[in-house]
Amino acid sequence: MIRSLPNTRGYAFSYNLFIILYFVFLFAPLAVTCVLAFNNSDFPSLPWQGFSLDWFFADGPSRIGIFHDEENLRSIWTSFETAFCVSILSVIVGTCAAFLFEQEEFPFKGALYFLMLAPLVIPGVILGISILLAANSAGTFVEDATGFDVSFLRPSFWLVVLGQFSFITTFVALVVSARLKKFDRSLEEAALNLGATRLETIWYVTLRFLRPSIIGAGAVAFLMSFENFNTTLFLVGSKPTLPINLYLQVRDGSTPVINAISFLLIVGTSCLALVNLYFNKKEAD
Amino acid sequence: MKSSKAALWLFLTPVLMWLVLMIVLPHIDLLIMSLRGKDELGKPAWTLANYMNFFSEPIYWLTFVRTALYSILTMLITLVIGLPTAFYIAKVGRARFQGFFMILLLLPFWVSELVRVYGWMILLRESGVLNFLLIKAGILNKPIEMLYNDATMIMGLVYTSMLFMVVPLVSVMESLDDSLIEAACDLGASKLVIWRDIVIPHCKPGITSGCIVVFMLSLGNYLTPNLMGGKNSLWFTEQIYNQFIASFNWNQGSAFGFLLLALSSLIIWAGLKITGQKLGETAS
Amino acid sequence: MQNDLSIQNLVKTFGEFKAVDNVSFDVPQGSFFSILGPSGCGKTTILRMVAGFEEPTSGVIAIRGKDMRGVAPNNRPINLVFQHLALFPMMNVADNIAFGLKRRKVPSAEIVRKVEDVLERVGLPGYGQKRINQLSGGQKQRVAIARCLVLSPSALLLDEPLGALDLKLREQMKVELKKLQAKVGTTFIYITHDQSEALVMSDQVAVMNRGKFEQVGAPQELYREPATPFVARFVGDNNAWSGKILERSGDDVTIRTNEGFTFRAQARDACAAGAPADLFLRPEAIRIEPKDRQGLNMMRLSVKAILFDGANSRLLTATPSGQELLVSLPQNRKFDHVRPGQEIEAGWHPESGACFAANPGQTLADLAAQTGEEGVAP
Repeated sequence: MIRSLPNTRGYAFSYNLFIILYFVFLFAPLAVTCVLAFNNSDFPSLPWQGFSLDWFFADGPSRIGIFHDEENLRSIWTSFETAFCVSILSVIVGTCAAFLFEQEEFPFKGALYFLMLAPLVIPGVILGISILLAANSAGTFVEDATGFDVSFLRPSFWLVVLGQFSFITTFVALVVSARLKKFDRSLEEAALNLGATRLETIWYVTLRFLRPSIIGAGAVAFLMSFENFNTTLFLVGSKPTLPINLYLQVRDGSTPVINAISFLLIVGTSCLALVNLYFNKKEAD
Repeated sequence: MKSSKAALWLFLTPVLMWLVLMIVLPHIDLLIMSLRGKDELGKPAWTLANYMNFFSEPIYWLTFVRTALYSILTMLITLVIGLPTAFYIAKVGRARFQGFFMILLLLPFWVSELVRVYGWMILLRESGVLNFLLIKAGILNKPIEMLYNDATMIMGLVYTSMLFMVVPLVSVMESLDDSLIEAACDLGASKLVIWRDIVIPHCKPGITSGCIVVFMLSLGNYLTPNLMGGKNSLWFTEQIYNQFIASFNWNQGSAFGFLLLALSSLIIWAGLKITGQKLGETAS
Repeated sequence: MQNDLSIQNLVKTFGEFKAVDNVSFDVPQGSFFSILGPSGCGKTTILRMVAGFEEPTSGVIAIRGKDMRGVAPNNRPINLVFQHLALFPMMNVADNIAFGLKRRKVPSAEIVRKVEDVLERVGLPGYGQKRINQLSGGQKQRVAIARCLVLSPSALLLDEPLGALDLKLREQMKVELKKLQAKVGTTFIYITHDQSEALVMSDQVAVMNRGKFEQVGAPQELYREPATPFVARFVGDNNAWSGKILERSGDDVTIRTNEGFTFRAQARDACAAGAPADLFLRPEAIRIEPKDRQGLNMMRLSVKAILFDGANSRLLTATPSGQELLVSLPQNRKFDHVRPGQEIEAGWHPESGACFAANPGQTLADLAAQTGEEGVAP
């Protein structure tokens, strides 16, 4: 049943088969997507017409590859900008939250902690519409009061950033908290005892200890933001992020350009994931 | 150790701003919005009409009930597939490969959900890869549409949320001491009994958190039902989207949103109550 | 001589619980001072108050004559070696030692010089670039001490720093610490629950129990003339009887134990004739088959087991009524014939038996539990 216990042949065979099928199920759609990105065909489907890089590099008129597809390139750039802002913001606030809940004592701490976990159980769609509503109310209020139209309170780049930030911060806080839990507080006392101020202690000792988990959480935040769809859907303005842009294209029919983008995404995220795993390993050592 | 007031406020201020401005106020706004409407004269007023609409129109509440039931079905299927998979990775497969298995498991889920759904679409549709292969192999003589039905949609949901079941299960199974299973085996227990009396009880925390997350993700999913489901398999999030973006009826949409939020909170609360766990434990 | 640390009427309460109850003591410059007590007796709380991590409820802590009330931990001229050392794992040895100097904005050339200098002093020259996890337990110990010494503190506080080491290394470090302290001349204030650590290293030992100091004195003093039953029990091993004082003249008493022995012994407190009392007797005070029995208290014991432990070997014996007694077994080959089951004659000098008035609220079994022993009292 487990490694150390003997199994009948048939049992071991069927169990292995199950696992193989599971991983086939897991990778089939991704593999098909990647392969068809290189098919010399106008549709993302078989039969195989030969190898081609058209969907990456072609520059019209019949085929436009991803590297010449301005609309998609722009949305990729928008997603990068969004993910960058979101990860910076959520890492800062998430780390503050980790410190707050692990190291400080204050009234209603339990209630606030519960509130911090809430984004885990709020469906992304609901978070999207709530923030849309609140931003709209705030915008209207400001406009009525001062006569100014605050553009970032309308669906826009910054509203997307805020919307994604609102739930990704929880994940960052949980990742950093987990590491902070393992922190031996006598290290902080030692630093104080050796003459460091509280801020010097946090900077030279605690944050140094947390660095791998902060980098890891930042990477996770970046990826979550980059691929977020549900919350973004309601907040997006005139600059769509990549998932939104892809969704519109997939809904209305598809070309192998989408496969090409998917291929790049799969390769890119795999690299980022591997880097993140490497850091986690280093942290564990 | 006593820490300074300054440090407390340094940490508290951004966290409070985040939670109050981005979480609490928007949801209060959602509740208020759902209770607003127009009276007979067309003036803004407090009303329960948005909620009444939900109950009086079968299409709304039927969608709601179906969304909930299908989410539970998705959760159960994911659990049934996830348990043996996690057990294999944690206990059966060679220890040397465990890290490799985990990377394999994680990789597909680092990729955008949209890419994954798109992959299934080009695999399953009428002109898709699977049809092509089946015809080539002589199993089918004309292509059939495998997309746009409930079964495919459920499969898509299972696929999308698989990771969130398997990862907590693997980590909880790793903490199960091998010698417990060996002892049970030594005392004459069959595989079934070992699963029922040792593995499952030990994995309860992982099962709970996996189930909650999978249920949540299915309930709030928009992409998979929208792109893989048929005309008749409307998902409740699509209703919300339609009210907000298509009909521009924000009050009605807010009421729907609030109902979905209430449903998910209720089921999560019930799940935690039944298994006697706390949200904090499940989250970490 | 000036006192490096002077503590007066120190009290610390946590809610209802009095962790430190009106403690006063002075530590003269350059001495090795230990606070010895069972876990939970409040010794660590005293240390944390001195270091500034806890606020005293009342009382005065003065370092080199300067009141430390309201002085933040990072501004106090004393340094602490933590129980688990608290070396910064993300820095190498040199950076750990330089940490405090950098906070004082010492010029970097001087930091390098001082770090090398202190590593030399603790016997780790050239270890600066090593990572913390490359060091052995004893080396970590010395780095932790070097990290404090480099700041030339008024006093060095040590919170059971040998607790995590294995037995052999602990024995070795005891000697090394004592030598190091003699060499650098810094005042050491050492906290431990291990009596042997305290006795070997210290100039002065304070025995602490339930938030109070029971006795402060040189190690020999504590051992030879314990002032309270607790000290008698806690410092060194002791056999104990409960009984009643028959008569007293000066400090000489005659006591009748509950199992019927009549012994002559020394009174250590105001135990009066007719009052219940406890008698303590060290295993090494009991002589097996003494040649000259003049003036000794004699008893017959049956040998139950030989507890061989090299120089520290003992006999586990029992009195006729069944009370267990530990008797030292000198390893001079004179008693090689002793076998379990035999009966032996044993005697001890009245000077070595210590009598204390029995505390009605506290039986010998309670006392044994407090000092962390198995209950052997009748």
